[in-house]
Amino acid sequence: MHQLIISAAAEGDVNPLVPNGWEMLVVFVGFAILFFIVVKYVVPMFEKTFAERAEAIEGGIAKAEKAQAEASAALEEYKQQLTDARTEANRIREEARAEGAQILADLKEKAAAESARITAQAHAQIESERQAAVVSLRSEVGTLATTLAGRIVGESLDDDARAARVVDRFLADLESQNAGAAK
Amino acid sequence: MHLPAILPWGAAEGFSKQMLLVLLSVVFIAVFFVLAARKQQLVPGKLQFAGEAAYGFVRNGIAKDIIGGRDFIKYVPLLFSLFFFILVNNIYGAIPVFQLPTFSHVGGAYVLAGLVYVTWIAIGVKKNGLRYFKLATVPSGVPWYILPIVIPIEIISNFVVRPVTHSLRLFATMLAGHLIVMIAGSGIEYLIMQENFLLKGTSVLVLAGAIAMYMLEALIMVLQAYVFTLLTAIYIEGALHADSH
Repeated sequence: MHQLIISAAAEGDVNPLVPNGWEMLVVFVGFAILFFIVVKYVVPMFEKTFAERAEAIEGGIAKAEKAQAEASAALEEYKQQLTDARTEANRIREEARAEGAQILADLKEKAAAESARITAQAHAQIESERQAAVVSLRSEVGTLATTLAGRIVGESLDDDARAARVVDRFLADLESQNAGAAK
Repeated sequence: MHLPAILPWGAAEGFSKQMLLVLLSVVFIAVFFVLAARKQQLVPGKLQFAGEAAYGFVRNGIAKDIIGGRDFIKYVPLLFSLFFFILVNNIYGAIPVFQLPTFSHVGGAYVLAGLVYVTWIAIGVKKNGLRYFKLATVPSGVPWYILPIVIPIEIISNFVVRPVTHSLRLFATMLAGHLIVMIAGSGIEYLIMQENFLLKGTSVLVLAGAIAMYMLEALIMVLQAYVFTLLTAIYIEGALHADSH
């Protein structure tokens, strides 16, 4: 190899700054071909992938954000529904409680009324029975007394009109006596 | 300096190894990226992932960061092609058998820097009209009496020196690295051939140095591809936003 250098040095007049025209042409043509291939194929293909990838990533992010928004909206909705349901349940419970109290009060009232009615009825019945007893007693006592008095007196007191008058008078005396005693 | 041509074999002029490597680099880059980009999936496989990482490095790391805005994507193909074209052509120098960074021949560097030069001037004129040349050479906020000095400096630095440094930076680093590795190789060969045992042994030191230089050179190969592309992006950005500079 050093012989080459020596021979090159021996030439002497070779200036490294003076270009070889054919080499310049080859570099120019070679670079032009490369540039054409790069412009035509390489850059468009890479740029297409870059754009697609950016879109895929951004699209994915947008999709995730959308899903996130939907999820939080659903959560919000469920919370709202839960609150509504709780309010509704409370309302129903309150209503039921009020209604129960109302029913209880009604029942109490009704029972009280019923008992009052029964008592009144009983009073009335007792009164009427007493009245009936008094009436029947009066007639029976009258009959017995007149019969007895007739036997004793030997006079028929069966004359009804007179007998009834006597009995009534007697009983009225009795009652007035009772009333005087009661006073 | 130049190796003999391949076609016709051994001739001083013709289709050289350098030209073959340039064309091969186009095949390598195109095949790799078309394969990586062909079956595009949202969840990438290994090859697609490597391709996307490489593409994303130029797209986001250079074009988006430097040019920015909404229309940086228009300049991604140019920056992408430049970066990988230069990268592969530089890396040749670190790979046995290829062993030739093609930009150690100045022609290629002139071509690419020239393309970039035309491109950013065209962008500037398209964006700002002919006013662009005024914007690019007359800095705002400078007192009028300094302008006669500043304007020539701006013209020279922007429109004359810029393409020259842009191309020569790439060419010179590649040539220097190539020369160092070659000279180290020749030096080792020369020392081994010596009769003197001690001189033979010295070749080991040269070998260690050559390996270190080889590593440094590999780093510079990647770095220069990045620098060239980064400067292109900066020039385009400057042309796009000339009125705010």
